[in-house]
Amino acid sequence: MSDVILEMRNITKTFPGVKALNNVSFSVAQGEIHALVGENGAGKSTLMKVLSGIYPYGTYDGEIYFQGKECRFRDITESEKVGLVIIHQELALIPFLSVAENLFLGNERAKNGIIDWNESISKTAELLERVGLHESPNTLITNMGVGKQQLVEIAKALAKEVKLLILDEPTASLNENDSEKLLELLLQFKEHGISSILISHKLSEVNKVADSITILRDGSTIETLDCRKDNITEDRIIRGMVGRDLTHRFPPREKNIGEVIFEVQDWNVYHPIHEDRKVSTNVNITVRKGEVVGVAGLMGAGRTELAMSIFGRAYGTRISGNAYRNGKEVDISTIDKAISNGIAYATEDRKAYGLVLIQEVKNNITLANLEEISNNQVINEPQEMKVTSEYRDKLNIKCSSIQQLALNLSGGNQQKVVLSKWLFASPEILILDEPTRGIDVGAKYEIYTIINRLANEGKGIILISSELPEILGVCDRIYIMRDGKIVGEMPASEASQEKVMKYIMTQQEVVEQ
Amino acid sequence: MKTLSTLFKNNVREYGMLIALIAVMVFFQFQTKGVLMKPVNITNLVLQNSYVITMAMGMLLIIITGWIDLSVGSVVAVIGALAGVLIVRYDVNWVLVVAISLLLGAAIGAFHGYFVAYLKIPAFIVTLAGMLIFRGLTIALLRGESVGPFPRGFQNISSGFIPDIFNGSLNDKPFHITTILIGVILSILLIWLDMRTRKNQQKYGFEVTPLYFFVVKNIAITAAVMGFSYLMASYKGIPTVLVLLFVLITFYAFITSSSVIGRRIYAMGGNEKAARLSGVNTPRLLFYTFINMGVLASMAGLIVAARLNSSTPNAGDGMELDVIAACFIGGASPSGGVGKVIGALVGAFLIGVLNNGMSIMGVGIDWQKVVKGVVLLLAVLFDVYNKNKNA
Repeated sequence: MSDVILEMRNITKTFPGVKALNNVSFSVAQGEIHALVGENGAGKSTLMKVLSGIYPYGTYDGEIYFQGKECRFRDITESEKVGLVIIHQELALIPFLSVAENLFLGNERAKNGIIDWNESISKTAELLERVGLHESPNTLITNMGVGKQQLVEIAKALAKEVKLLILDEPTASLNENDSEKLLELLLQFKEHGISSILISHKLSEVNKVADSITILRDGSTIETLDCRKDNITEDRIIRGMVGRDLTHRFPPREKNIGEVIFEVQDWNVYHPIHEDRKVSTNVNITVRKGEVVGVAGLMGAGRTELAMSIFGRAYGTRISGNAYRNGKEVDISTIDKAISNGIAYATEDRKAYGLVLIQEVKNNITLANLEEISNNQVINEPQEMKVTSEYRDKLNIKCSSIQQLALNLSGGNQQKVVLSKWLFASPEILILDEPTRGIDVGAKYEIYTIINRLANEGKGIILISSELPEILGVCDRIYIMRDGKIVGEMPASEASQEKVMKYIMTQQEVVEQ
Repeated sequence: MKTLSTLFKNNVREYGMLIALIAVMVFFQFQTKGVLMKPVNITNLVLQNSYVITMAMGMLLIIITGWIDLSVGSVVAVIGALAGVLIVRYDVNWVLVVAISLLLGAAIGAFHGYFVAYLKIPAFIVTLAGMLIFRGLTIALLRGESVGPFPRGFQNISSGFIPDIFNGSLNDKPFHITTILIGVILSILLIWLDMRTRKNQQKYGFEVTPLYFFVVKNIAITAAVMGFSYLMASYKGIPTVLVLLFVLITFYAFITSSSVIGRRIYAMGGNEKAARLSGVNTPRLLFYTFINMGVLASMAGLIVAARLNSSTPNAGDGMELDVIAACFIGGASPSGGVGKVIGALVGAFLIGVLNNGMSIMGVGIDWQKVVKGVVLLLAVLFDVYNKNKNA
């Protein structure tokens, strides 16, 4: 078992001005699941890009040995040829092609350039069976959920006769159920001798499946922990990642909860395309002054849809129901009106919905409240600079200047820019949708601190999160959603992971449609 | 302080295009044995390009939103035709006709904008349809023949000059002193504006360019403005249409750089969903952008008709391509969110100088097209190359 399948020796990779990887050595044993953890920007993705040939040989220093042979990959096809397949965080499937077409994309089962559909389809069915996905090979990718798409990606890797599978944050956008399935699959592969490298921020998962854990910090290897010998706790891993003890993962807050400032009653929403499908049914929600209200539930439970429909009907059709602010009914039928009625919604998908990536940090921060920095439709640029610099300092956004493009910030800092944008719009009710997705432990702590500060300032906060510890650690009261309905409500003091999970899972259909 | 090299690196696009423009001008100056920079030709250059520049202002905004408008050439034609029919056949007062034309331009823009912004049909298709529709209507309106001539007042839109209040002369030749005066005022204004910006930047503690660069830049700009004024003054002075262009360029430069609406257009082009979720009414904004394009296209239509002194069925044919090319040569991005007025202006002039210079040299229309195509491709290649190098 201890044969080494992959060894990377003294890898150094520099970008103009930055040493992304500094003398990193990393090795994976045959048939193990090796987790690679570290804060955002620690160099995990860079290391994997070096490994898979995205950064070709010659652009880095150091050596790579795969199955004992030195490899000098010039591009990704060369690394795939030896059985090294990487699955990226952002899935690389073509939405309007079928599963079968996607599986063999670039690797078509063809004779003389003519595709052999019979072989493709039957081979696809076989591969889908192996990953436990019961779908027709002819299903279009666009008609599948993210969880299933992830499985298709893995099937695609199997089609390439993978020996070492690299998964970059595979469960970032999966619900607990699908994540579970995926991890099971990795364990199965291990039985069949396929090694995996798992990059993940979710330490509970890492703990569950990994045989060894390598921790990267600031572009260097800190340590490799062997999970088979010792019992490694999450706190132990975090200590390695941040280089310090995080005694409290959630900062404490003095609770000072006032009267109800925002209320939604009998909220009904239908799906924008399938107009007879209800995505929210008779939802009632209240938020008090200075209160953090959590909304727990699985992916697809309708949490984001609910939040966006409340935020100026940004989602759904045939929306009905009433919204009250400080006891008075308010019109929140457009985003503009919602914002002027003190509601803000920070999206779960900051790249697609939250930021104008090709623009400067400062332009992003002021976008939702340009009135504040302009007179008669003319932007007062010095004032804009001043205001945005203040937010940069207050939220500790790490950027070379407020004129840096949002594109070039790390995930955590991008999230802080999104938060800054909504804080600058000075809302009373702030809906945060997965505010800590895909960001590292240190940045998470900072986000929680910001949430606490806002609550102390008397704002009402709705926190949507798929991470139960986060909901339990940050919120005062918890709603649980399933199938577009609120199925449970409890004070955080009475909640536990098991209790919430029970509400989430009860009557959850085991077979997905 | 920023060093000169980083300054150049950050603005390589703008400076690159400007250098290309100057290089092309120098080349043609030699090739045409000095005809290019003759006062009469410089004036011609302005007149010939006035409609491309006018429309480039509107097209730039549309390209920034991430769309395109293929119909502008046909709109130029249909507005010209309408003006011709009303003025010549029905004897309507030309001032009234100008007003009607601009309103109709807005209506045409609204027509395109409605389909694109609210019915979500891609602008390429909508404006391709518009291109056919309005070309067809032009031919129908004119019954396939040219209509003209126009009254003097209307012609002056594009062939008039501002009067010289001093009746000046130089070496016994008439010399337009008012033009020189305007040049001086403009130079002082530009220097003052630049100084104010610099002071503001220093006040707020932002990085500024080194002083010598600031001085050299302003001397260069002043020299260009005064040289241009001198050339104009030695012919007939400032054409009325140049005044119009100046107003348009200033207005749109201001809109894009300093106004709330401009900021929102860039945001919409950069990420439509994020802009919408930040409270920007993106469909309405897009709708307005197309109305704006319609008005500018009708303005160009009037200028073209006035310049030709007749309305012809194939006026503005292929003009949309020059306008679009000007924006892309000027650094606008086809995927939206990027582009500057000054870039589009330099792009329009580059195309204009190429057209004019090659015509003087007697290069046929065939090879002119080849050269313009190659220039467009090279400019965008230069963009892509720079982007990759920085990434």
